[in-house]
Amino acid sequence: MLHSILQIGDKYFMWNEGPMIWTSDALIVLTSLGIVGLLTYLKRWKWLWDEWLTTVDHKKIGIMYIIAAFAMFFRGGMDGLIIRAQLAIPNNHFLTAEHYDQVFTTHGTIMILFMAMPFIIGLMNIAVPLQIGARDVAFPYLNAMSFWLFFFGALLFNISFVIGGSPDAGWTSYAPIAGPFYDPGVGENYYLISLQIAGIGTIATGINFLVTILKMRAPGMTLMRMPMFTWSVLITSVIIIFAFPVLTVTLALLMFDRLFGAHFFSVTHGGLPMMWANLFWIWGHPEVYIVILPAFGVFSEVVSTFSHKRLFGYKAMVVSLVAIAILSFTTWVHHFFTMGAGASVNSFFSFSTMLIAVPTGVKIFNWLFTMYKGRIEFTTSMLWALAFIPNFLIGGLTGVMLASAPADYQYHNSYFLVAHFHYVLIAGTVFGVFSGLYYWWPKMFGQKLNERIGKWAFWIFMISFNMTFMPMYFVGLMGMTRRMYTYPAGLGWGPFNLIETIGALGMGLGFVVMVFDIAYTIRHPEKDLTGDPWDGRTLEWSIPSPAPEYNFAVIPEVKGIDAYWMMKHPKEQEPGPVKAVDKSKIRPIHMPNNSYRPFIISVAFFVAGFGFIWQWYWLGIPGLIVVAIGLFLRSFEYNDEHFISTEEIERTEIAAGRL
Amino acid sequence: MAVNMESLHEPISSSLPLEYQGDGNLKIFGFWVFLAAEVVLFSTLFAVYLVFHGNVAGGPTSQQLFDIRGFTIETFLLLTSSFTMGLGTYEMRRQNTKGVLAWVLITVLLGLGFLGMEISEFAHYVSIGANISRSAFLSAFFVLVGTHGSHVTLGILWILSILVQVMRKGITPKTARKLFVVGLYWHFLDVVWVFIFTVVYLTGKVM
Repeated sequence: MLHSILQIGDKYFMWNEGPMIWTSDALIVLTSLGIVGLLTYLKRWKWLWDEWLTTVDHKKIGIMYIIAAFAMFFRGGMDGLIIRAQLAIPNNHFLTAEHYDQVFTTHGTIMILFMAMPFIIGLMNIAVPLQIGARDVAFPYLNAMSFWLFFFGALLFNISFVIGGSPDAGWTSYAPIAGPFYDPGVGENYYLISLQIAGIGTIATGINFLVTILKMRAPGMTLMRMPMFTWSVLITSVIIIFAFPVLTVTLALLMFDRLFGAHFFSVTHGGLPMMWANLFWIWGHPEVYIVILPAFGVFSEVVSTFSHKRLFGYKAMVVSLVAIAILSFTTWVHHFFTMGAGASVNSFFSFSTMLIAVPTGVKIFNWLFTMYKGRIEFTTSMLWALAFIPNFLIGGLTGVMLASAPADYQYHNSYFLVAHFHYVLIAGTVFGVFSGLYYWWPKMFGQKLNERIGKWAFWIFMISFNMTFMPMYFVGLMGMTRRMYTYPAGLGWGPFNLIETIGALGMGLGFVVMVFDIAYTIRHPEKDLTGDPWDGRTLEWSIPSPAPEYNFAVIPEVKGIDAYWMMKHPKEQEPGPVKAVDKSKIRPIHMPNNSYRPFIISVAFFVAGFGFIWQWYWLGIPGLIVVAIGLFLRSFEYNDEHFISTEEIERTEIAAGRL
Repeated sequence: MAVNMESLHEPISSSLPLEYQGDGNLKIFGFWVFLAAEVVLFSTLFAVYLVFHGNVAGGPTSQQLFDIRGFTIETFLLLTSSFTMGLGTYEMRRQNTKGVLAWVLITVLLGLGFLGMEISEFAHYVSIGANISRSAFLSAFFVLVGTHGSHVTLGILWILSILVQVMRKGITPKTARKLFVVGLYWHFLDVVWVFIFTVVYLTGKVM
């Protein structure tokens, strides 16, 4: 009996691999029990179900995205720290090589797809409908589907660590090493199927926000009057719609190779391993713009708000967004200049890659000119935006160096590259989402995050970030390659690596301080009673904080760029607060009902995915059938909307001091 | 009905066709955007197929496998079904429930005929050893044509569920919109098939 349990434990839970797995098992069980216990003790199950798990409200979905992103930041960050622990000193064997492969793979995959993406999408959910004067996104139910598909995709990916083993072919999962011949076992299946599930959700998000922005803007808000963050989300949605289906296909093809014996990427039977590299980066390069453009949008809002000036060069900003989006589809080969594409092909992709520096440079100058002669207010949110410019510039300029195909033969897959993409992804996307978090937090929760602790978190994180990644440029040029498991002493790499590891710990500390800031703010809230704590310029600041369920009691009329600023500063009168809601204009508001189905369908997707990962078709196929039943039941649902009465709207607005 | 109340979406206009009433406009537009994503998906599969077309690894070539009579009948069935779907939409605009049911049921039957032929074609290939594992060419063939086929399967189930709703509720703005959207989907699959017919079958037969 005991023996057979241990056998199952070794086979499915890898208990034979030692204390790291046992500790993880114990922590997962304890955390789960803790959450279940806490919810039961506080009698919060019904609240959780009614208010959150079944919600279709874009603001709550946004908050859930961000909570999940924080959890994934923690997981991916732990992976990063484990990598740095392994590399801290020469000849280190803290991890086995197999575990090291798994850890760098999950670190990359989680940080890009399960941290950066949901954080960005969370901010999109919170801000976009409010910025355009809408009451929700175009398809609220689909929005909930997107979130739960992402959530259960992420969960599926994460359990691989303790059930069956994680993927270990890098976040790029190149064939043929990720194929069935060189990489048997379930690890890569986890990668393929969990990304597939989350990716379906992302495509739906792209469609949803494109339609929302194109069709649901308040009267008077022409395209060229939209806030810059909304513009960036519109362009990002277009990139998602054209890039993510490629990922869908790419993952499916490798899945066919692994599960059903197809030969897309194998070296025998006419398959082409390079097909993977091409397809992956046709999605993968636009993907990095999917996570950076909304961050650019955040910076545009934040810089303009805290410089108390209108954004400089609005039209140039829009044009450069569009240019970046188009160019993002023309550069994918620069990820593998060394893999035999030939001189003329490489020249083209070198050129197209360098071209991206032009619209990006335009944006950088526009932010600088926005600040020029502005009355700059150094809030935490603004500090992240200010730090973004020089740090991102370092990443961008080294990117131009990498874009030069001949030179790339020296840099390719070295730590120089690792330093480059961390400088753009962290100084761009991570600084951006942190800036956005501090900026929109009052709108999410009706309280400001503590600025003093926030600034501590900023300085610790920003300095440590440079400590971690700046030395990587140098060890990279000294010859240290990416994904190297360990390195010998005497190459002069040791001191750099040690500094990097200390820096990584500092980033961890910065993250902890930020989480502490959130905890502190919850206990000692500084309430935002105005709805407009930053003297904002766009429509989201014209309504109470947190925004009521229906967002706008009366849909506003937009007269120009920075619509709310214009309302506050009418030409004829003295500037003053605009608060009053015109009672005579209040009408009953039509809102979508909550639904349990997105959650249930996504659970079924999770079960089906788990079945396919283990090739347990008795589990996978019924799971998909439940998904299909869920979709058909949705089609038969007719009463999925309700009205909020004028009395209720009036009560809410009076409580918020608006009526 | 919520006709004169302020709705979440756009106000109602009487000059619009039935399916565009209320939030129908928004949903139909959303579906067009979804179809754009589908275009990218199929384009990727076509590109992969074209690259792999010659990589037969000593196995059967497209010239040896494809049967002109079979794929011609398949094409006629699917193209006709697109036409009958269009007639169904026409009857919908005329508020003729019976006409809708008749034409759409014919669409489903034609779709089933297409699907049956495709399944037997696949089964035949597998029976002579030309399965998905035989060569990269066959992997790409089965996944491209199979993805289209599974779309058709889903389409048939979807059309049937909409027909049940039309039978229950009659032709209302909501059922009209659903019928119109599934019609768009069906026509889209027809367009994809036109490309499969030319790029995969016709070209494969001569090259």
